[in-house]
Amino acid sequence: MDIFSLFDISILGGTIRMATPLLLACLAGLFSERAGIFDIGLEGKMLVAAFLAGAVAATSGSAWLGLLAAIAGSLVLAFVHGLASITFRGNQLISGVAINFFASGITVVVAQSVFQQGARTPQLSGDARFDPIIWPGALTKIREIAQAGLPMKIYSQLISGHAIIVYLALLIVPLTWWVLYRTRFGLRLRAVGENPAAVDTAGISVVRLRYSAVLIAGVLCGIAGAYMSTALQAGFTKEMTAGRGYIALAALIFAKWRPWYALGATLLFGYLQALALRPDILEKAIGVKVQVQLLDALPYILTVVILAGFVGKAIPPKAGGEPYVKER
Amino acid sequence: MEKMPKWADVILIPIISIVLAAVISGLVLLATGHDPIRALGIMVSGAMGSSLGWGYTLYYATNFIFTGLAVSVAFHARMFNIGGEGQALLGGVGVAYACLFITWPHWTIALIAAIALSALFGAVWAAIPAFLQAKRGSHIVITTIMFNFIAYSLLNHLLVNVLKPAGSMEPATASFNASTHLPTFADMLGVFGIPFASDAPANFAFVIAIAACVFVWALIWKTRIGYQIRQFGEQESAARYAGVSATKIIMISMIISGALAGMMSVNNVMGEAERLVLNSSEGAGFIGIAVALMGRNHPVGVVLAAILFGFLYQGGTQLAIQAQIPKEMVIVIQALVILFTGALDHMVRAPLEKAFIAFRRTPSQTKGA
Repeated sequence: MDIFSLFDISILGGTIRMATPLLLACLAGLFSERAGIFDIGLEGKMLVAAFLAGAVAATSGSAWLGLLAAIAGSLVLAFVHGLASITFRGNQLISGVAINFFASGITVVVAQSVFQQGARTPQLSGDARFDPIIWPGALTKIREIAQAGLPMKIYSQLISGHAIIVYLALLIVPLTWWVLYRTRFGLRLRAVGENPAAVDTAGISVVRLRYSAVLIAGVLCGIAGAYMSTALQAGFTKEMTAGRGYIALAALIFAKWRPWYALGATLLFGYLQALALRPDILEKAIGVKVQVQLLDALPYILTVVILAGFVGKAIPPKAGGEPYVKER
Repeated sequence: MEKMPKWADVILIPIISIVLAAVISGLVLLATGHDPIRALGIMVSGAMGSSLGWGYTLYYATNFIFTGLAVSVAFHARMFNIGGEGQALLGGVGVAYACLFITWPHWTIALIAAIALSALFGAVWAAIPAFLQAKRGSHIVITTIMFNFIAYSLLNHLLVNVLKPAGSMEPATASFNASTHLPTFADMLGVFGIPFASDAPANFAFVIAIAACVFVWALIWKTRIGYQIRQFGEQESAARYAGVSATKIIMISMIISGALAGMMSVNNVMGEAERLVLNSSEGAGFIGIAVALMGRNHPVGVVLAAILFGFLYQGGTQLAIQAQIPKEMVIVIQALVILFTGALDHMVRAPLEKAFIAFRRTPSQTKGA
């Protein structure tokens, strides 16, 4: 038994990489739900974004163009969700489910007919991928890192060596906090999720605010999806988001709809996913061989456990899921 | 005055939604370089042009009747059970335990055991999220989705480490013994001298599915608990004041829902594959959502919608074979149906209501003048 190996630097580095798409999706959900729109469709938006990023990066050779395409695709789905849940006052959960299925099907259909490679996009390399940024003085060779001291290990593996989207995601956390709690837009956004009638009475458009929130969520899911296929992996594969959108929703509840808590919650889930990728380390730490199927299920089981037991009292935005009907 | 006659609400709106979904699917096919008219032709002839095609269509429809009913029962209590897929997988495990180890004297007895175990396993898999929703407030949508993922891993574990016969490399159980084989449509119709393709997978489980429809109809509209489920779904606070226990309704509706989803495995695992394989439910649990929405949560509607999706599924398989269109195209159509019948309902409904009001007003005005 060696419980400290659970906090191996390479696991913690993996945590940051695995947490990034969760964090972006979680913040997307945060904007949407704080404005009173449930968003089960985070998963589908990420998946379509991951595909478009992979496809456009593969054909154009530019990861940045891939990112733009990802954001555009995700925005289209976000707009459909807005149309269904804001304009036509439909059931927001059902709309989200529809978006997820649509993404699940359309990515395979299009990937297969464009690339003919069994529903994947070609392997990305060079400029078509967001490569890790090596900070000045950071070590890159495994042998050098193994011999270095702890501060150098932390600097080289935790702080340095991530794709630019990772740093971007971390910057979006304080930005989200600032927008929500320090700007007029943020105040109104939070108000529209709690009491849309009051916002309406003050002469501010509920519809416009909610659309902005839903579209911001679209942009963030787009970045999250692009990260999946152009940074975390080198290309799109079928169903590559693998439930991350739902885990992000669980993290959002765990975080009680707050930006900094969202960072904490997604790091926790990211840690679990990183650990699930390293059965050797887990085995060393607890001294028992763990079934690979159990490891696969672990992030989902713990999501349920956390939702059931440790959330405490999580009070969602009061008007969440309710379409707003202007009085006539 | 009602805005629209009931027949328009029940028939016209689903048809318009289907047409919208079909048009968009056609555009997707065009955009990916296929001919939508030819695709439709392949689907119709492949799914309905022969008794073999019908045998597949009705086989898939049987799956979707079970999962559609499952989603409907939960919907009546305003519970959104997205976990039908996992519950159906677990139901398959129940069927496997009922069929693998015992030599039954007759298939009817094996069938009863398989129904009981598959319903039990499915019900348990739904009861856990239901309990967490009722007692801990964990969102049922998220927990049932998580339980789908967990069910995949659990099934994988059972097939690889427990149920796989020694020496076999494939993650699947041994074939069930002959005492558990259900009669196919060819066997059943052969009794009356009606010929039917003998290799079509439709089987006796279709009869069970129809019986389940009658059961759900009686449960929801003819019993006290059904009334309470509907009352709870319509207005939770009013139901609470009337003394209805939220925990009881959530648990009962989800347990019945899970049991129905689990029973789907009588069709696909016991009736068709005659062994348990990985991913045995093939997304049928999710299709139940579209079927329930289209069928307006009524058993008759569920049967019709299930046959439609059976047609899409079988037609989609033929598309994959004959036109190299990935079978995931069916998932796109399914998503569009969910979108139009579930989320964009008002978009379809509002112009229709206006049209009906305008249509009604004109004759009465002319009479007045």
